[in-house]
Amino acid sequence: MATAVNPADVFRQEAAELLATLETTLLDLEASPEDSALVDQAFRSLHTLKGSGAMFGWEALADFTHHVESAFQKVRDGVLKASHDLISLTLASLDQMRVLLEQPEQADRVRGEALLAGFADLAGPGGHSAKPAGGHGKADRAAPPDETRVFRIRWRPARDMMAFGGNPLLLLGELRDLGACTLTPLADRVPALEELDPAGCYLGWDIMLTTTKSRSAIDDVFIFVASDSELAIDEIPVEEAESPPRLGEILVKRGDIAPGGVEEELGHQPRLGALLVQSGKVSGDRVASALSEQKHLREAAKAKESSSAGNTIRVPAERLDNLMDQVGELVIAQARLMQVAGEGGALLKSIAEDIERLAGELRDTTMSVRMLPIGTLFSRFRRVVHDLSRELGKSVNLTMSGEETELDKTVIESLNDPMIHLIRNAMDHGLSTPEERRTQKKPETGTLHLSAVHSGASVLITIRDDGKGLDRARIRAKAEEKGMLQPGQEVTDTELFGCIFLPGFSTAAEVTSLSGRGVGMDVVKRAIDNLRGSIEVGSEPGQGTAITLKLPLTLAIIDGLLVKMADERYIVPLSAVEECVELTRKDDNRSDGRSFLNIRGEIVAFVRLRRLFEVAGEAPEIQKVVIVGLGESRIGLVVDQVLGQHQTVIKSLSRLHDDQEGFSGATILGDGSVALILDVPHLVKFARERETAQRAA
Amino acid sequence: MAKKILSVDDSASVRQMVTFALETAGYATVQASDGKEALALLKTTPVDMIVTDLNMPNLNGIELIKQVRALPAFKFVPIVLLTTESEDSKKAEGKAAGATGWIVKPFNQDQLLAVVKKLLG
Amino acid sequence: MRDSSAIEAKANGLDAVQVLTLGLGGEIFAIETERVREVLDLIPITRIPNSRPFIKGLINVRGKVITVTDLRVKFGMPPAAQTADTRIVVTEIQVAGEPTLVGALADRVFEATELPAASMEDVPRLGMRWRTEFIRAIGKRGDDFIIIADIDQVFAADDATH
Repeated sequence: MATAVNPADVFRQEAAELLATLETTLLDLEASPEDSALVDQAFRSLHTLKGSGAMFGWEALADFTHHVESAFQKVRDGVLKASHDLISLTLASLDQMRVLLEQPEQADRVRGEALLAGFADLAGPGGHSAKPAGGHGKADRAAPPDETRVFRIRWRPARDMMAFGGNPLLLLGELRDLGACTLTPLADRVPALEELDPAGCYLGWDIMLTTTKSRSAIDDVFIFVASDSELAIDEIPVEEAESPPRLGEILVKRGDIAPGGVEEELGHQPRLGALLVQSGKVSGDRVASALSEQKHLREAAKAKESSSAGNTIRVPAERLDNLMDQVGELVIAQARLMQVAGEGGALLKSIAEDIERLAGELRDTTMSVRMLPIGTLFSRFRRVVHDLSRELGKSVNLTMSGEETELDKTVIESLNDPMIHLIRNAMDHGLSTPEERRTQKKPETGTLHLSAVHSGASVLITIRDDGKGLDRARIRAKAEEKGMLQPGQEVTDTELFGCIFLPGFSTAAEVTSLSGRGVGMDVVKRAIDNLRGSIEVGSEPGQGTAITLKLPLTLAIIDGLLVKMADERYIVPLSAVEECVELTRKDDNRSDGRSFLNIRGEIVAFVRLRRLFEVAGEAPEIQKVVIVGLGESRIGLVVDQVLGQHQTVIKSLSRLHDDQEGFSGATILGDGSVALILDVPHLVKFARERETAQRAA
Repeated sequence: MAKKILSVDDSASVRQMVTFALETAGYATVQASDGKEALALLKTTPVDMIVTDLNMPNLNGIELIKQVRALPAFKFVPIVLLTTESEDSKKAEGKAAGATGWIVKPFNQDQLLAVVKKLLG
Repeated sequence: MRDSSAIEAKANGLDAVQVLTLGLGGEIFAIETERVREVLDLIPITRIPNSRPFIKGLINVRGKVITVTDLRVKFGMPPAAQTADTRIVVTEIQVAGEPTLVGALADRVFEATELPAASMEDVPRLGMRWRTEFIRAIGKRGDDFIIIADIDQVFAADDATH
């Protein structure tokens, strides 16, 4: 574990030893100037002294030593001889270095400069080694401009990147941290399976990045791989972003196609991309990538527009709600049209496809109009934190990140109360008073950090404090007292922390006016449930607590997976789906009684929806298992058939169904019938409870 | 379980600084004072990442990286080379030997942690 | 006042109440027409697994998803097969304070008619074959009794067994 020794003290001692060693080495070297081992040893001592000195606050020593080290580098390189003069000069410098180490403020600068000049003279003309400027991690980089810029990045990692300990996904993650990213994988170099080296990296990516960070921030992401990757980073001029170029122009600009190739195809309206691929001029990957660039640029331009004042109009929220409803109707009508068109002629089909595309775009536009940056909500909490910190006598610094993250306005509005509650809770129970913090060797001012970040079709909002952390023992005791847990029952952290969201739970030793009345956390949970979100709690004793709210981007339309049992169809939210696998009758029989699947070595529990929903009839010979992610665990939902993706307009169920667990709403399918949307977390909970009840019965 | 990082450096103060920074950030650490000691340690201790100095007695950083990469168990382990500004050519040499990244001395804790996060996630 | 009922109509001195009459388990029921949105032919109903028995499922009415209920279950009548005469009567009711459209299955729908206020009586406490708490009043038309349902009460009752 971490020791309390001050690294600076360790350095002082170590440096003194190094200087002593150096002295001996120099004296030995004087006796045998040709001994390269001695030269290496002297160099190493100087090198360490320089490198560590700068790290522990001895800049003057490091700077001075740098020049001496340079001289010895030349000796190593055979450019300079380990002459008597050099060694005398170095020994004299050594005394200077001792002073710089022990009493830097008393060092004689003039003497120092004279010594360095001596080295310069020895090295000959041009030999005065200037300290190279810059270097990775230096703070002297140009301050990042505040404006938003768009970059096009094409990156193909070296095939052996992973064999050198690299991980492309981590770098892509870093890019995402810089701003909104549109990634298009380039799979054209993936070889046939028999030629594929499983440790090889064959994929490349086209990345469109909108960021307020500077170009060098992007360079930093690729710093370790730039030299052996194919990497092109181009900033796209703002004018271009404002009026997104045509697909053909993008492809030509990227050098994916010759300029003439586009005109040739443009004669054949209307779908350039498909035509170009068909005629073999360019691969499908490249077109897909260029299309994402177009889309990204449009979005970047839109964002830019919305940030510039004067170009906005105010619209009553109600009209937006109506618009969203109507778009929902349109999407449903379009699904019906597609179904009918499937049976009709080619012309009808192509019109239906156009309408599908338009409806999709209209949906995206309408949803984007409803999006608000979460900063509008976060900034309200400044005052809350300010007032509370006075009231509680706690010093709290509120920090935020990801304020520009956008969420549906309805979601943002509904988040106000639950977040205020979580903030109060963190300030009341999580953060300690300055006195307590001082005894814990923490800064007196506690930190409360609000962050928002996109994650797939969700937004993660985290409220993090650096306070005491949740008291597991006390939660446990309380949960047992309230009958939420059995004494001695083994629980995971997730389950234990989940107790604090149960109605009637409160761990506050003394009830304060802010929280601790045992109401609130369950209200938070219900509010987040209503938004079809989920809550995760992470906490380390003494380190703090982080509560993460995972919320859907929008409440109106989601991508769903349409599944079927007998003649009943259901929607599984695609955001929850990880993969689909088969379940043969044989496996099903074998697993009977213990509903577990072995997926690539991982044991995954499954729920037979046929049984849970009491669907009549026999399951088919081969069933499908839809694997869904549920917090940290995965669970399989067994269905007869997976029918495919479905754009799902969410219709909420009436209050008559308030007692109903397992469905978050319904939608209307292409044939006009209604399908229920599964609420996966609640469905699984319901299934478990039922299983327990049946076993008990 | 916390990820384990091996710090290899002949300077105790650098090792101290590296391990202190890493442990504060929640990583577990082990130390070795040169390449030879590091190799011996790796035979019995699996680690998730290696941060090694370049200039060390007995076995230097480049040689250490070459020999570590030859061990099947450490084929995919990220290795960071600590180097100084005067050794630009060493970065290339380190990469060729199998280093995943490098940090230029002098560096502070934040820079170290940024690189560790970059390579270890 | 939107909650005008037969009894209130009588109390308020109105001559008559407009109702829609429908058949359910051999009885004639009436619902005030101002609460009725439309009458639909039977269309496929999407079942909701594990729902309470009186909830038959969901239908799509021009883009709106509406719950269909079976009043037989609520009144404690035996279930009946659906026939060509079966209809879905869509009414607007209050559920937990929210105006909600709900469909109710009817064995058949007779007519929209006027019930003279004078013909209405309070519900007899005894002598009814099924649950009476959902009945607002009894009307008489010729020799037939017409049961005026208290449609809000039917759905307000939080009764897990029905």
